[in-house]
Amino acid sequence: MNLLISQSPNLIHHMTPLHPTALAQKLLFLADDELILAHRNSEWTGHGPILEEDIAFTNIALDEMGHAATWHRLRQELTGEEVDTAVFFRDPAAYRNVQLVELPHDDWAFSMLRQYLFDVYEMVHLAQLAASSYRPLAEAAAKIRIEEIYHLRHTAAWVTRLGLGTAESHRRMQAALDTLWPYAQQLFVNMPEDEELGEMGTAVTPTTLHHEWQHLTTTHLTLANLTIPTDHTPPTTNRAHHTHHLTHLLTEMQSVARQYPTAVW
Amino acid sequence: MITTAHIWQALEEVKDPELPFVSVVEMGIVRDVQLTAGSVHVKMTPTFSGCPALDVIRRDIATRIRELGFAQVTVETVLHPPWTSDWIADSAREKLKNLGIAPPLRHGGNLIPVAFLDVATCPRCGSTHTILKNAFGPTLCKSVWYCHDCQDGFEQFKAL
Repeated sequence: MNLLISQSPNLIHHMTPLHPTALAQKLLFLADDELILAHRNSEWTGHGPILEEDIAFTNIALDEMGHAATWHRLRQELTGEEVDTAVFFRDPAAYRNVQLVELPHDDWAFSMLRQYLFDVYEMVHLAQLAASSYRPLAEAAAKIRIEEIYHLRHTAAWVTRLGLGTAESHRRMQAALDTLWPYAQQLFVNMPEDEELGEMGTAVTPTTLHHEWQHLTTTHLTLANLTIPTDHTPPTTNRAHHTHHLTHLLTEMQSVARQYPTAVW
Repeated sequence: MITTAHIWQALEEVKDPELPFVSVVEMGIVRDVQLTAGSVHVKMTPTFSGCPALDVIRRDIATRIRELGFAQVTVETVLHPPWTSDWIADSAREKLKNLGIAPPLRHGGNLIPVAFLDVATCPRCGSTHTILKNAFGPTLCKSVWYCHDCQDGFEQFKAL
């Protein structure tokens, strides 16, 4: 422990009183990634290219929404803030999702690839998060990981199918990859809270997950005849920074709750 | 004098809203019932964590126990150990089959091979000459299949 303190003068201050604060913030990272991705995916409901995929994407969106609720409930235990308040009455600047999940979709290949890149990240991340020293976090990670198997199985098959499919499906998949690849890198940037929690074994520092994620995605995407972009620079390294797309998304998502704040359903 | 056994029995009447012919006990959703000094504490666990029926199930469990005369009822959601489809009782598997839903294969804790095997027995004719049409179905817990012998579709409860 002395070693850690000598490396970071602030750590002694962070040891106990600030620990729940960092953890609550980490839970916000987890919840916001899932929630915003779920909302983006839910936009396909009724618009999927074929009925089966309309249903599949809607199911995946619902799953991710459930996972967001799970993380938010753990956060509520620490902060006391109600889940609905956190979701519907928080401004874009207070959201902590990565920009990857807030981008509007322009193509089904784009949404499928984004979900795939996120699924691989989740499988790699949750396996390690299940070993967290904070038991509620470990238990939730273990539970969510089991459900994610069905997501990755589905999205991985579609990535192969579209990558090796027609010239048109390949073109769209490659275009999606070129756009999404730098954004996906933000998942592996450490925020100060990540480093604080990582040192204590409460959570996993995202940078340590990058190698495995990169190996898995690169191997698979290459087999799907897709070219890995050379640009690995994330658009931002700060989860507090968002594109204007998040504002539009939240305006729509929060509109009913904000117009009728006392409504119950 | 009402005992925990009576409470378990009463909970057999609480049905899964998305599968209203099987009880939350048969589904393995109710994990524990504790009765202390007139108050009841129930532990339940979600099947799929995004299941929209969870709030209804939680409410229905509390309501049914209050009907037994308990004023103090708490329903706690636990995530450990994570719910597995192996906990679905034989009685529920039989009911699922009778209503045209193939029960999930038992996997004994090793889910991945089962999740990738794509084996389902047609609940109508018993044929295994079946094919997965969609890993996602009308609810989070079901996949959609086609039976080549019946030449008709059916659903399977997903292994988890």
